[in-house]
Amino acid sequence: MQTDLLCSLIPLFPLIGFAINGLGFRKVPASLVGPISSAAALASFAVSLMLFSGFSGQPVKATLFDWISVGSLHINFSFQIDQLSLLMLLIVTGVGSLIHIYSIGYMKHDEGFGKFMAFLNLFLFFMLLLVTGSNYVIMFIGWEGVGLCSYLLIGFWNKNVNYNNAARKAFVMNRIGDLGFLLGIFLLITTFGSVEYTDIFEQATRFAVGDKMILAITLLLFVGAMGKSAQIPLYTWLPDAMAGPTPVSALIHAATMVTAGIYMIVRSNVLYTLSPVTLEVIGVIAIATAILAASIGLLQNDIKKVLAYSTVSQLGYMFLGLSVAAYSSGMFHVITHAFFKALLFLGAGSVIHAMSDEQDIRNMGGLRKHLPLTFITFLLGTIAIAGIPPFAGFFSKDEILAHVFLHNKALWGLGLVGSAMTSFYMFRLLFLTFFGEFRGTEAQRHHLHESPATMTLPLIVLAVLSVAGGLLNLPGGGWLSHFMEPLFAGSAQVSPEAFGHEIDHSTEYMLMGISTAVAIGSAIAAYVVYISRHAVPAPESAERSGIAKLVYNKYFVDELYEIAIVRPIRALGDALYNFGEFIIDGIVNGVAWIVRAASAQLRLLQSGSIGFYVFAMVFSIAVIVIVRFFVRF
Amino acid sequence: MILSLLIFLPLIGALVVALLPDNQHIPFKWLTLGVAMAELLLSVVAYTQFDQQQAGYQLLEQADWITLPLGNLGVVSIDYLLGVDGISLPLVVLSSVILLIGVLSSWTIENRQKAYFSLYLLLSGTIMGCFVALDFFLFFLFFEFMLLPMYFLIGLWGGPRREYASIKFFLYTLLGSVLILLVMIGLYLSVMDPVSTAVMAGLATDAASVDQDLIRLVQAQLADMHISSSQIVHTFDLRYMADGGNYLPNAFLSGAGETTFWGIPARMIAFWAVFLGFAIKLPIVPLHTWLPDAHVEAPTPVSVVLAGVLLKIGGYGFIRIAWGLFPDGGAQYAQTLAGLGVLSIVYGGLNALAQNDLKKMIAYSSVSHMGFVLLGVASLTSEGINGAIYQMVSHGVLSAMLFLIVGVIYDRTHDRRIDSYRGLLQVMPHYAVLTAVAFFGSLGLPGFSGFVGELFTLMGGFQSLWLPGWLPSVAVSGIVLAAAYLLWSLQRMFFGPLWTRDGVESTLTDLNGRERLMLIPLGLLALLLGLLPNVLFNLSNATVAQWLEKFNV
Repeated sequence: MQTDLLCSLIPLFPLIGFAINGLGFRKVPASLVGPISSAAALASFAVSLMLFSGFSGQPVKATLFDWISVGSLHINFSFQIDQLSLLMLLIVTGVGSLIHIYSIGYMKHDEGFGKFMAFLNLFLFFMLLLVTGSNYVIMFIGWEGVGLCSYLLIGFWNKNVNYNNAARKAFVMNRIGDLGFLLGIFLLITTFGSVEYTDIFEQATRFAVGDKMILAITLLLFVGAMGKSAQIPLYTWLPDAMAGPTPVSALIHAATMVTAGIYMIVRSNVLYTLSPVTLEVIGVIAIATAILAASIGLLQNDIKKVLAYSTVSQLGYMFLGLSVAAYSSGMFHVITHAFFKALLFLGAGSVIHAMSDEQDIRNMGGLRKHLPLTFITFLLGTIAIAGIPPFAGFFSKDEILAHVFLHNKALWGLGLVGSAMTSFYMFRLLFLTFFGEFRGTEAQRHHLHESPATMTLPLIVLAVLSVAGGLLNLPGGGWLSHFMEPLFAGSAQVSPEAFGHEIDHSTEYMLMGISTAVAIGSAIAAYVVYISRHAVPAPESAERSGIAKLVYNKYFVDELYEIAIVRPIRALGDALYNFGEFIIDGIVNGVAWIVRAASAQLRLLQSGSIGFYVFAMVFSIAVIVIVRFFVRF
Repeated sequence: MILSLLIFLPLIGALVVALLPDNQHIPFKWLTLGVAMAELLLSVVAYTQFDQQQAGYQLLEQADWITLPLGNLGVVSIDYLLGVDGISLPLVVLSSVILLIGVLSSWTIENRQKAYFSLYLLLSGTIMGCFVALDFFLFFLFFEFMLLPMYFLIGLWGGPRREYASIKFFLYTLLGSVLILLVMIGLYLSVMDPVSTAVMAGLATDAASVDQDLIRLVQAQLADMHISSSQIVHTFDLRYMADGGNYLPNAFLSGAGETTFWGIPARMIAFWAVFLGFAIKLPIVPLHTWLPDAHVEAPTPVSVVLAGVLLKIGGYGFIRIAWGLFPDGGAQYAQTLAGLGVLSIVYGGLNALAQNDLKKMIAYSSVSHMGFVLLGVASLTSEGINGAIYQMVSHGVLSAMLFLIVGVIYDRTHDRRIDSYRGLLQVMPHYAVLTAVAFFGSLGLPGFSGFVGELFTLMGGFQSLWLPGWLPSVAVSGIVLAAAYLLWSLQRMFFGPLWTRDGVESTLTDLNGRERLMLIPLGLLALLLGLLPNVLFNLSNATVAQWLEKFNV
């Protein structure tokens, strides 16, 4: 009973916050807006902590009410609290609270401040539904709901047409993924007759590995994950999503929403373990995404775009971990990534704030003197993501790569390549932004200042987490993998051989050594290029050749989609309207015209001449008699 | 009594308005508003009196209307028979809500008020009649009578091409009516009223003493041709028509299907005829071209009623009459029928994408959304049918809202082109928010009613034993199309820097009180239905379960 109450309180707080700031937009005093919404987030965080500390190890289900009953199908509105949802709860509410506080400093002067905070609260609400729901339909509601908030927040500055395009692109592309999710849900219902996790996973353990239906379901669900978690081919919306205010990029497009796809697969791990083919598919897509996005990141000059491609790439690593059934490693990377990527985005926000909304790193440089706190925290975040020990990112990425190594050496090699690129583009970003000479305008130089405490405090907290996050799961049986173990009992039952690979210690140390060497090597390379040689990327107008041009223009994928998909569909719509409707209406109007023309002719028979009528009558009788004579009926 | 009141209150109102002198001081609109509010109240009372656990017809009212002995041809019996079940009651409540909103929306009608409101009331009464009549003849009467006010409301108060649009609407629907009429006569000749027949054949002393056993006896005797044709009482009662036992052996439309044309059983032809009759109304591609024209030319309140209520008579006719009386047809052609639904979904969506006229875009989106109704019905599953009923109510609310939204901007500038506006959010923030609510509700965002309707009709498609999985899979693309065309329009009209084609920024005032009074309740209703779908599913579940028993054979 008490859990029921606590479970419902978690999403309820942000919803109340949304209601107050949203309905009271422009009426709630600006000084109260921030505290109200942050308090809502913090309250959810506090309740999540309470649930976490009181957690017995047994999943708890809290059913609020019977939401939909149709025929034999019942969909409950209910929550499930277990290891996975608790972890997600803590990330979402914890990082979420920090970003709420940060937003007070960052957005205070915006005229839509109240609306912004209301949308953030609404996002939290849907995200919390997504991770605590006890069935796929509740997950889907949260899933689409966070998509709505993402749309609203990307296009938050709605006077800018490009931002609106980005928002719409994000929503529509996510919708394409959602179709997969939806079809997956339909198949789940047809197969299992239920949408409840517990029902489905219990039944699923009786299926054989490689079942065709499970294959279809897992592939379809993964299509949903591709959309939300920005994997090839549905990744192009995420870099564009950087149009939103920076706290949004940190919260939604780095730390929480985009990891929903990973959450979904970890949640459904039994099904995925049952379908090795799907896991192979995920592996291929994941590594391709990780490398493609990292390579684009190498040449980007917008501070947020670099981080966005980095996010796409890191999400690829998470899926890579899942693809070798290293589910807890994937989740571990979700957690550490939430720390350091939120930190990096918020740091970038602090820079942008100081630079009067400048985002081009070619116009920055030497900022470490002016923004010391931002610099230090950004540096820590960079080391963490680059995979240098003993920071958080090292442990989580290394764990994934170690599992991949056991599974497939080639995938591991490619993963290492991506890792090298990651380290390079991150240190490139760091060096170009904080080192060297200032390259901005005089006006910008005068304006340079360290951000207020509401912004730096979250940076410090996240920096500490980015440094120490690795402690959660130290190599050789850390707390996290032990904590999450019960989640994978079903998987271990259906396919014991997919689990329990122990890496011997010498191999493990060797792998660690290699990836550390690669990361540091890349960092040194970046140092040589951008510090020793003072290289600055060429301006927009510069002529680029060959591969550089291809990469700089993001492999022209957006253009390809435009030509191959968007335009044909629009053309089809236009064609149907101009020709299809024309033909159908032509037939309709044609029939009307024939009737009218025929009646115009028939009308002439009614001439009013009696003689003609008599003639017609006699003639008709004669015809009838003759016909009667030849045809007997 | 309640159902009669629902029909006759507006009809009497129409008569009163028509008889009153044409004087500007007479508050015709207040009178109409009063009637509409009373109607809403009545339908709420009907809702509270309705027992949701029961599957059969309730609140029945029956009176002999026409009884004519025709010697060897049997006896003609037309009853005044009303009743509601879980299929029609949601639509009755929906109609009373939409008709009330329609009155508010008619507030700006200035010329020929007397005629307008008289016709509006006539329309209201006939719509209610359609949903509660259980005698086919009575239903058909209302169904036909509805055309008259509709024709004039579009033809007299419409836009520049109103005459073309109203005649097109009239002829299209009339064609449908003719098909329905033919089948109705065929059915009449094929079906007996077992109760009256029992009395006529001397098996019972009066109608009150006829029980289920006796009805079975009469049906058995009929099947063995023990009842002489002069004793058979023919009927238009839809309840009897839905029972295969009441069909005369060797009759035109008997279940045995001995009568064939070109090798096709007469029953199948009859099924297709009624299907087409109602498909025009829904409308289903390719019988839909009257709809965009009618909408574009109709004044806002008429569009609201047309989209909100009239289209639903098509879906209602499917469930009650086409599938209800010819389950064999629905089962045999399930795949083709669902295919037509899917075609509508995709074709309507693609056409909506091509529109620049906001009203036309919404009209095509209606075609697309009504396709889900056909898909749900054709699936012959509990999810599908309940979903179809839900989708009708949901679309009724949301499409009414959408057409009101078009009306708001059209009232101010007389320009409905999407590309005539940019950045409206800045001058009309409330309008923008409510438009966004309606658009997101329409594109099926969870939390709003549109989501549940689409979810369940599609789910029905997947669960169906009659349909292949690829059909609903194709239909799902309609959801992406909806997001594309709605969000694109939202962006073009409301976001970006403020701009209008004709420099009419000064006329763009935000919503007034009356407009809010119409839009906010509809938005809340869509939200309520989306959050608590069981409000509606509880109504329809039992009836649908019983209805589906026909298909278990």
